[in-house]
Amino acid sequence: MSAPTIDHTLDEILNLAALHFKVPREELAPDDDFFKTLGIDSLQALDLLTRLEHHFRIELPDYELQGVSDFRTLANRIQARL
Amino acid sequence: MLDLRQYASLGAALKDALERWPNETCLIEADRDREKVRLTYSDFKEMAQPLCRALEDADFKAGDRAAIIMTNQSKWLISAYSIFFSGGVLVPLDYKLTAAEHLQLLAHSKTRFLVVEYHLWRAITQSPEFAKLAVEIVLVTEAPAGADLRGAYRWEEFRRKGEPRLVARQREDTACIVYSSGTGGRPKGCVLTHDSYLEQCTSLTAWYPFWPGVRYLSILPTNHAIDFMVGFIGPFICGACVVHLRTLRPEFVRDAFVRYRITYVSLVPMVLKNLERGLRAKFDELKPGKRWILDRLIGLNKMLTRRRPHVEVSRRLLPQVHRAFGGELLALIVGGAFTDSSTLQFFYDLGIPVACGYGLTEACTAVTLNDLKPFRADTVGKPLPGTEVRLLNPDGDGIGEVAVRSRAVMSHYLDDPELTAQTIVEGWLLTGDQGRFEAHGHLQLVGRKKNMIVTEGGKNIYPEDIEAVFDGLPVKEYCVFAANYLWPQKTLGNEVLVLVVRLEPSQRFDDRLREEMLAQNRRLADFKRVGGYLLWEKDFPRTASLKIKRGELALEIGAGAVRAGVVEI
Repeated sequence: MSAPTIDHTLDEILNLAALHFKVPREELAPDDDFFKTLGIDSLQALDLLTRLEHHFRIELPDYELQGVSDFRTLANRIQARL
Repeated sequence: MLDLRQYASLGAALKDALERWPNETCLIEADRDREKVRLTYSDFKEMAQPLCRALEDADFKAGDRAAIIMTNQSKWLISAYSIFFSGGVLVPLDYKLTAAEHLQLLAHSKTRFLVVEYHLWRAITQSPEFAKLAVEIVLVTEAPAGADLRGAYRWEEFRRKGEPRLVARQREDTACIVYSSGTGGRPKGCVLTHDSYLEQCTSLTAWYPFWPGVRYLSILPTNHAIDFMVGFIGPFICGACVVHLRTLRPEFVRDAFVRYRITYVSLVPMVLKNLERGLRAKFDELKPGKRWILDRLIGLNKMLTRRRPHVEVSRRLLPQVHRAFGGELLALIVGGAFTDSSTLQFFYDLGIPVACGYGLTEACTAVTLNDLKPFRADTVGKPLPGTEVRLLNPDGDGIGEVAVRSRAVMSHYLDDPELTAQTIVEGWLLTGDQGRFEAHGHLQLVGRKKNMIVTEGGKNIYPEDIEAVFDGLPVKEYCVFAANYLWPQKTLGNEVLVLVVRLEPSQRFDDRLREEMLAQNRRLADFKRVGGYLLWEKDFPRTASLKIKRGELALEIGAGAVRAGVVEI
């Protein structure tokens, strides 16, 4: 099975983030600062990462999220492990 | 515990600890739910000795500086022990800093020897400033097979056979250089002696003792003053066990409490609040009848623990809550100056004592601590044994600047006599924090004199350190301040950085400028970002050499603008 495209990964991340934090999907954009848009702290961001790991069936060490604050960069980190 | 009066250095005390409790477990390392390492004191010694010997062979000498940049793990402590054993000065650096910041502090501390995790080393080698790195020996942990280490050695292979020799140090010799902040322009390297640590350890364990069988969950970074003391030195000199968790995912942190039946843990306010949120959500899910019973039991527990904790009673009254924390938790340790008192009270009311205290790197670890006789959520406790605390120039309400004198206080800031002279005056450390003593001798912190904020994650952020990120912002001039510095308030919290902007005479604030400001702000780590901006309509006062007179400008802004004028970004 070939890996999904980055756009597809990004879209799934936005869907999951909207679902997990109960915000309308249309309010989330790829370059948004997710701390700000979702109103979350770094621990809640780690929680989101756990959800994403389950969804994509990958394991990302915490340090992969260090310095990442927008959905697009997050998608790139995940894509690299798919 | 060891009688620390007998020891002149951390190296000598730790060496004896390894021999005193050979069969006790000293270290457990888990990654998520997988246990990776479990060491007794004897195993620890066996792992450290070949490294100590290799350091000897590498001509590592007394007083040589050695930095560690690692997340919390067993190799952190094994490396630190080996550095102390070999007479070295430890420079524990925050692994969350950027590679450029690491390089800056390595240069400032004149470090000869570095231990670093592979992913952090990779970032350092990719920095444009890498060529300037002057460290002689670099040991990289957990590097994948075949990785190009750019001249570094593998930690796992840097070993020699034979019995190493303990390098003696005196009490007044430097043990650590710990950076309290200042990666921007002026690194603040607190020089702490062996005497500072041995004294601090003695006074802290007098109130919160460790013993063989105690398990401390280490999730604050070990480079941080609190975890270094209560997640390494304290447990080791008492034969206790440190549990490292290589992830901060809340679900695994919760699991670790139960799996390892944790006795103590240190937390930053953010983690504490996360735990509180989780518990409150669980309570809210209860059916009304069960909720009613829970509330009554909490009420009863509150009554029974009003004067002092009775952990055994609380465990019987609220077994499910205590089981969720492993059932053996004795206290949560919190740098509580900046934690909501309601959060602290929430845990105490459930029968989980909170050792809430106040400290700063300049004072080694802690200055005051709650002795739980009784618990007071509204204070940061009483001065530790051997620590004098005084309030300078108190006002009518008894509020003054907190000053500290003790053997634990740092000796000086590395290579900065001017800053040292401003900070340690006639033997008293001026903290820049404002406080008062209440009737029972507890310290209450009420604000800050200095231009800085402390985040919920426990990070000190100094505006001077982050200003450079706004270089090139197309405005006449700008400056960053802590809002509470511009508009002092007699409460803590609500801490935010403000970007003060002076436009060109003909310039108007528009969306493009706003976008640019946001983009530049995003280049900062999330916890360092400014929270709002303020447009200022006068030129900034400057010195003859054109430096902004920050103090003067802050007074002008404080008098000429209101906090409500700050626009959130």
